[in-house]
Amino acid sequence: MLGFVLRRIAMAIPVILILIVFSFVLMRAAPGGPFTKERALPPVVLENINAKYGLDDPFLVQIGTYLKNIVFHFDFGPSFVYQDRTVNQIIAEGFPVTLTYGFWSFVLAVVIGGGLGILAALKQNTWLDYLAVGFSIGAQAMPNFIMAPILVLIFTLGLGWLPGGGWYTGPGDPNTYSAYLVMPVIALSTSYLASIARLTRSSMLEVLHSNFIRTARAKGLPNRVIIFRHTLKPALIPVISYLGPAFVGMITGSVVVDMFLSTGGIGKDFVQAALNRDYSVIMGITILVGMLTILFNLIVDVLYAWIDPRIRY
Amino acid sequence: MNISIKAALLTSAFALASPALAAGTHPATGEQLSDNQTYTYRMLDDIKSFDPQINTDVEGSHVLRDLFEGLVNSDADGNAVPGAAESWEVSEDGLTYTFKIRDAKWSNGDPVTAGDFVYAWRRLADPATASEYAWYMELMGVENGAKVVAGEMAPDTMGVTAADDKTLVVKIDAPRPYFPGMLTHASTFPVNQKVLEAHGADWTKPGNLVGNGAYVLTDYTSGVQVTRERNPMYWDNDNTIIEKVVALVINDENIALTRYDAGEVDKTEVPAGQFPALKAKLPDETYSTPRSCSYIYMFNLGENGPEELKDVRVRKAMSYALNRDVIVGSILKGGQYPSYNWTHQKTAGFEMPDIEYSKWTQAERDAKAKELLAEAGYGEGGKPLKLTLNYNTSEAHKKIAIAASQMWKQTLGVEVELANFEWKVHLDKLRNGDFGMARYAWCGDYNEPSTYTDLFTSTSGHNNGKYSNPKFDELAKAAKTSDNPAEDYKQMEQLLADDMPIAPVYQYTQVIMVKPDMKGYPFNDLMNNIYSRRMYRVAE
Repeated sequence: MLGFVLRRIAMAIPVILILIVFSFVLMRAAPGGPFTKERALPPVVLENINAKYGLDDPFLVQIGTYLKNIVFHFDFGPSFVYQDRTVNQIIAEGFPVTLTYGFWSFVLAVVIGGGLGILAALKQNTWLDYLAVGFSIGAQAMPNFIMAPILVLIFTLGLGWLPGGGWYTGPGDPNTYSAYLVMPVIALSTSYLASIARLTRSSMLEVLHSNFIRTARAKGLPNRVIIFRHTLKPALIPVISYLGPAFVGMITGSVVVDMFLSTGGIGKDFVQAALNRDYSVIMGITILVGMLTILFNLIVDVLYAWIDPRIRY
Repeated sequence: MNISIKAALLTSAFALASPALAAGTHPATGEQLSDNQTYTYRMLDDIKSFDPQINTDVEGSHVLRDLFEGLVNSDADGNAVPGAAESWEVSEDGLTYTFKIRDAKWSNGDPVTAGDFVYAWRRLADPATASEYAWYMELMGVENGAKVVAGEMAPDTMGVTAADDKTLVVKIDAPRPYFPGMLTHASTFPVNQKVLEAHGADWTKPGNLVGNGAYVLTDYTSGVQVTRERNPMYWDNDNTIIEKVVALVINDENIALTRYDAGEVDKTEVPAGQFPALKAKLPDETYSTPRSCSYIYMFNLGENGPEELKDVRVRKAMSYALNRDVIVGSILKGGQYPSYNWTHQKTAGFEMPDIEYSKWTQAERDAKAKELLAEAGYGEGGKPLKLTLNYNTSEAHKKIAIAASQMWKQTLGVEVELANFEWKVHLDKLRNGDFGMARYAWCGDYNEPSTYTDLFTSTSGHNNGKYSNPKFDELAKAAKTSDNPAEDYKQMEQLLADDMPIAPVYQYTQVIMVKPDMKGYPFNDLMNNIYSRRMYRVAE
């Protein structure tokens, strides 16, 4: 097992390198640059800027310098658009935000989505099942860019319970930390919750109808043992392979949540950086998401082995 | 002691301690002020920089105008009034300005000196700073400014010097009667050299940032909000009423409006098309006031442009056939001005020329358009005409483009293919002359017509359609030194109407909601230079 983990980590290094080179090339292939503005900069001004950021160096030198700074100094460079800040600072400010609301969204989606799925499977074709399925289809059909404005309408304008967006700025803030968390978590978790519920339900049903469960029943095992010991674990495998990437998706934020609810997370930073051609920020967040994806895929693989004794590495 | 008496005594003690009338009456108008003097407004996007020489944004400039003060401010109507300079004199040839710097302090207590301006201006032009607005030095015409930006001369050779701590001397290369007005631009604001050197790249962080404006930066949460609070060191602090200014980043304009309704923000923008309904519902807080920007369709007359558009009759036909009243009245609905010229009509020192086709009815314009197009050999009975119109991604641009293409098709039978591009791609195509017709908009840098007219000189870097008329260039040059530049601007606009290198579409208004208890918003300033210290909240 340890050997497997080490091998996977060793493999991650070339994967990240390839990711960097590919993103770098693709990003530069897009028309326009960070300093392409509505009012065109005079050539001399542009030259000064390019010289300052090393954008006038040959392409290979630029990639080389970039990699060198990351490997030796863990420095992802300055932002070209948010010029007071470096990429390290942007990620250090934005990532904790998305990590927080992403984590709680994940918890909510897993607990409620998983719970609904299990319940629906156990009570298949009863009103409870229909309700759970109906709810998850409804939630799936409610994208977060519709959800967010509706939440603001209800909780801020209608009830006046929650701030209409923003993030906790420290002591002296008129609202509590959790007040800022409620709407982002609901908006982000809903569609994940629906997917998890449907996935859990169908996976549970499949296992419940398999031969070894029939055997267990025939043996006269109590229902509780059948469900918790024999059904749940195998039924979780497809759910877990969904949860790995879903977790990464959630903690690296959602552009919709950040845009509509002004949370200041890196989801918006990422999309804005792409639109602004803020090269260094695009690269920084791409690498972060890449590394997290590799990490969580590894965790999922380790979990497989732990859940299903038939899987060995 | 009775609690309420204690409270009353406390309040009066506070009132005595703070000469700024915490909850008294307005010193000039006598209105009863509210206890709550926090002004919260919606900001579309995050602040890109708090550094005056690095900032390029309108929203950033608004914040900088609170944190710093330039030599000159603009008053509520947009006129140049003394700021950090108490007064100024101009030499007879109009080339040397001498500013007397006011006795004022930085927020850390240092005196504001002429040297601070010298430092900031050199910094703006210095290639090492690599400021995007370095060209503003050139635009102002500061002596040697262009050469310093190009790296041909050292920053200390520039025509800005401190005769002593209180006297700043600026030499410019040609007389510009509007020069003082240009100094309201944030890139000319002073910075404190000591602070920059002490903190390096982190000097703009809250706590480090030292300014000479009415407010200090107390909190910045990226992507969420910017908070600034009263600066007791500011020279005119006694007349500042708003204690705290909060800018909330809200990207979505509809959510911003909901939060305005919920009382979370005091000012927000009206989403496109919603002005009439909101004005009817909330007449006392919905405003549409002129804003110095002009929206056009640019024709590409350059080498990559379509042959057909090189014929002025085709360009005129295309422009005439645009029904601006429909675009403004049925699509934008925010009181924008249907436009038949380039310079925003409310620009100071601009007199609207007698542009013939602006006086015709749309039926007359349509008839003339058909006639011209037929003369050029296109349209009914002639060759079919196919053109492309580029625009960048936005709901409003799309609606206008669709309407325009329908007008061209129905009136002239011209097929216009609409090409939507992401912003940077759109700009890239404009720069490279890779378009037939393209949406374009320009906002004035200062309140004088040359900020518009200069764009269509043949040497302008923004003249993407490559319009060139020696007569126009001559007039542009003459206007710089003329006693009556308004006449030159008139003639230039007339040339634009004759040559029609652009089809003007509309001129902007600022369409906003401001809570009825918030007073002092500069609605009449075409440049929308907002100074929070002039605002106040009245008791309801």
